[in-house]
Amino acid sequence: MITEILSERCNNCNTCVAVCPDHVLDLAKNDQPPAIARPDQCQTCFLCELYCPEDAIYVAVVVPRSELQNDPMGNIRRDYGWDGHKEEPLKNFWQLGGLLREGVMISSARYALQQSDDKKPEKKI
Amino acid sequence: MNEIIADVLVIGGGMAAGWAAISAAKTGARVVIADKGFMGTSGVTAPAGPNHWWVPPEPGLRKAAVERRLESTFGLADPVWMERIIDITWQSIPEIAPWYPFSGDGKNGTFRSGLRGPEYLRALRQYATKLGVIILDQHPVLELLARQDGSIGGAAGYDRLNDRPWNARTGAVILATGGCAFRSGLLGSYNNTGDGYLMGVEAGAELSGMEFCVSYSISPAWLSTRTLPYTGARYFNAEGQLLSIPGWDKPREYLCKLADAFRTGPVYADLHEAPVGLPAVIREIQPATVAAFERRGLDMFQDRFEVKLFGEGTIRGIGGLRIIDDVCATAVPGLFAAGDAATREHIAGATSGGGAQNAAWALSSGVLSGTGAAREAKKRRKALNQSEKLNPLGGPGLRPSDTIKTVDNKAAIQTAQNEILDLDKALWRNETKLSSSASLLDAAWSEIRNNLQGRNLDAVSARETAAMVATARWCNASALVRKESRGMHVREDYSQQSPEYQSHIITGGLDKITSYLEKPRVAEVVS
Repeated sequence: MITEILSERCNNCNTCVAVCPDHVLDLAKNDQPPAIARPDQCQTCFLCELYCPEDAIYVAVVVPRSELQNDPMGNIRRDYGWDGHKEEPLKNFWQLGGLLREGVMISSARYALQQSDDKKPEKKI
Repeated sequence: MNEIIADVLVIGGGMAAGWAAISAAKTGARVVIADKGFMGTSGVTAPAGPNHWWVPPEPGLRKAAVERRLESTFGLADPVWMERIIDITWQSIPEIAPWYPFSGDGKNGTFRSGLRGPEYLRALRQYATKLGVIILDQHPVLELLARQDGSIGGAAGYDRLNDRPWNARTGAVILATGGCAFRSGLLGSYNNTGDGYLMGVEAGAELSGMEFCVSYSISPAWLSTRTLPYTGARYFNAEGQLLSIPGWDKPREYLCKLADAFRTGPVYADLHEAPVGLPAVIREIQPATVAAFERRGLDMFQDRFEVKLFGEGTIRGIGGLRIIDDVCATAVPGLFAAGDAATREHIAGATSGGGAQNAAWALSSGVLSGTGAAREAKKRRKALNQSEKLNPLGGPGLRPSDTIKTVDNKAAIQTAQNEILDLDKALWRNETKLSSSASLLDAAWSEIRNNLQGRNLDAVSARETAAMVATARWCNASALVRKESRGMHVREDYSQQSPEYQSHIITGGLDKITSYLEKPRVAEVVS
């Protein structure tokens, strides 16, 4: 859930208000950052953070940021490569399908092994 | 009142909506997209990254791909539709190259079949804008507007950032509002409340395949994410014992075994046996999935974590508005449906098509509905500027049939969730359970119908509540009528697949729901 819009970083551009799919935020007013008006509607998709050019937003996952060892502020934009530091932000994206199928093979093989292990004691009887 | 005039109005802002707008605009039509949220972040594709059904145009290859897929559709899919969407997908994706950062495929080629969500939607938005499409973000549609002859001539909604109503007068309307996961928490689905189903049925359209809504995805218990990391996961019970859960190659068995495990207590997973190449690239492929762990203070590949099944309703499920031709028209003149708002039975049959087929459907049905709607709108162009009176079609949530009273929206949504998403009810259906669900859902519906009225901004949530409860009733009614087991629809009391039911279940109606088998196989009368 979105928990922070840092006023020292926010430039009141209202991009986050416009891009939020779920109308969580109200427009910036009186030189204050946008208000987190409807946090119960936040689906924790991190997309406001991705679109924030100032890295002023933090979307928390249960744990407050202050309790984490490494501060993840700005990680979303960096990981997506939207901060401009990656020349090819999707260089490895082609691996998606292969990794998915590999995982399926791993779980299927494990289950087959478990099934044959389960049957062994019966054979002994 | 802010009135917009255009040829085609696309309602929704996801993949299907984007492709619909692009394809309509290419014909020269004036196109407006109105989305509840933001075209670029709305819907289930934006926070994800779909792989598309991707088969090169070699007749042998395509035929084989269709045949392979047909085997798992339980007799309800159409090979002609399948070939059509493979081809449209193949033709369309390269078009977004000016706006999408395509990279290599690991074999000196370009990887085009899979696209990361935020960049994909951003590219569709830029492409649409280049073609002159007007995009209205944060403009939820509340209801359709009909011309005097009953055809659809526009829509009315609420501009939620400027707190004012708006409406559009258009030649045709495309519903690309997504499916409905009943606010299960499924990633990206908060907006997918079945609004298009409700608006379509109010206009006189029908739904098809709504019984095929039994689909769940596994995620950390605290946040739904994409599921790539979990395909090889190991599962444990609260005592730490390794559970014997089938692999993803057996989706029904996998789901049933997990459901059994959840009945006895919390279930945990670890990723110790995940593909060895995954940790190095997961941060790039699915940054949000990494954040779900990192921000929780967990090491996703080391720590054991609690998991949950998130209901996917008609998003990964199949049902939706019935389409009557190959440009995705509904039976209501001027009204089209695309993506998860439309039934996906033509390409998926009775089992979910999996991500790749589903993405190809969203793209292709978008493209087709765009051409169909633009053609329809051209016929209406001369009449468009005349001040013909348009009739508002919205009922529940806007115009209660009895005294206005406070209705507990949360309780109504909870009822829809309980009756449709509960694992025991969904995975093992029978007459008793379905009838009991029907009466609970009918009671919730009566209250909405009689008493609920949302004004101004509250109208949006009132309509969402009405749409979710209505969708739950249509799913339940369709499941009652399909007295057999087929694909993801499994009945304890009719455990076999029956040739009599090799057809679509068509459902419609608001207060009184009608649900019937499209083509009953009537036994020949021997006189």
